[in-house]
Amino acid sequence: MSNRNKASGFKWATFLLGGIVGIVLLAVFLGELHYSASEKFCISCHEMEDNVYMEYKDTAHYMNKSGVRATCTDCHLSNNLVEKVGRKVKAVNEVIQHFSGTIDTREKFIDHRLKLAERVWAEMKATDSRECRSCHTEENMDYTKQSSRAMAQHLQGEAENKTCIDCHKGLAHRLPDMHTIDPSAVISVTE
Amino acid sequence: MKKVLLILALSCIAMPLHAEEVKSLRGTRDLDACSEPPQINRLIADDRPIPRDFVQQPPLIPHKKEGYRIDKNYNKCLSCHSWANYKQAKATKVPPTHFQDREMKERANLSPSRYFCTQCHVPQTDVRPLVDNEFEPVKALR
Repeated sequence: MSNRNKASGFKWATFLLGGIVGIVLLAVFLGELHYSASEKFCISCHEMEDNVYMEYKDTAHYMNKSGVRATCTDCHLSNNLVEKVGRKVKAVNEVIQHFSGTIDTREKFIDHRLKLAERVWAEMKATDSRECRSCHTEENMDYTKQSSRAMAQHLQGEAENKTCIDCHKGLAHRLPDMHTIDPSAVISVTE
Repeated sequence: MKKVLLILALSCIAMPLHAEEVKSLRGTRDLDACSEPPQINRLIADDRPIPRDFVQQPPLIPHKKEGYRIDKNYNKCLSCHSWANYKQAKATKVPPTHFQDREMKERANLSPSRYFCTQCHVPQTDVRPLVDNEFEPVKALR
C-alpha cells in the first residue's frame, strides 16, 4: 500500500468515526432533552412534587371530563428547539437553588411564591401566552358554545388586547398572596 | 309477680302491633350493606341571577364555582364581585353591609367575617327535592 492510500484511508476512518460519535452525541442530547421535559423528571425534585405538582393534581389541566392532560412542560416549555435549550441553560439556576435549599420547605416556598409566580406570569405575557395557545387557539375557539359569562369576557378581553394569563392566573397552581396585585379580593384583618 | 308476668306477656302480644316501620328517605338498607351511590348532581353552569325567596336570603350563586378557591391569599369570588372588579366583570357587587364588622364598624375593605362567601351563598344543582315543598315567597317578593 502506498503512503498516499494509507493517508486517505486514515482520513475516511476519522470521518466515519467522527460521524458515528456525532450521531451518538446528538442522540444523547435529544434523549436528554426529551427526558428532562418529562413530568417524571420535573417532579424528581421534592420542591416541585410537594408543592406545585400536588396543587396541579386538583385542577382541570390534570383531570377533566375528556381525559386530555396538559403536563408541566406543555405550559412551561416552548416547542421551539432553540428556546428549549435556552430554558435548559436557565435551569442551571434552579439546580443551584435546589442545592442551596432556597425553597426546601413548604413555608419557604410560600414565602417565595409571589416572586416565582410573577416571573412565570411575565414570561407568559411576553410570549402572548404562547404555550396556552399551543392548545387553546383563538381562531378555533367557538365563543357561541361558551357560557354567556365566558363569551362576554373573552370578547371583551380580545377587544382590550389582553392575553390568556392576564385573567387566567392560578389555574393550575394555587395563587401567591395577591395583596399587592388585587387588594380588593384579599382578606384584610387590620384595615 | 303475677302482675309483672302479665304485663310482660301483654307487651309481647302488643309489640308487633306497635312496631311501625321507620322509613328513611334514603331507602331501606341494612346498616352493614353498601349504600346506593348518590346521584351525581350537576351544577347549574350559567344562569341569570336567581330571585330571592325570602327577604334576608343570601342570593344564590347562578354559576359554577369549581376550582374557585377562597383562602388567605385570594378570594376568587371577589375577582369579579369586589367593588374594584365588578364593573369590568359585569358582576353583582358585594353589598355595603359586608363592609361592616360584627361591632357594626365600617371597614375600608370587606369584613373578614364576610370573607368566606360560600358559608352563606351556595350554587344550585339540577337535583329534584326528596320531599315536596310548597313554600312560597312572601307577596312582596313575588
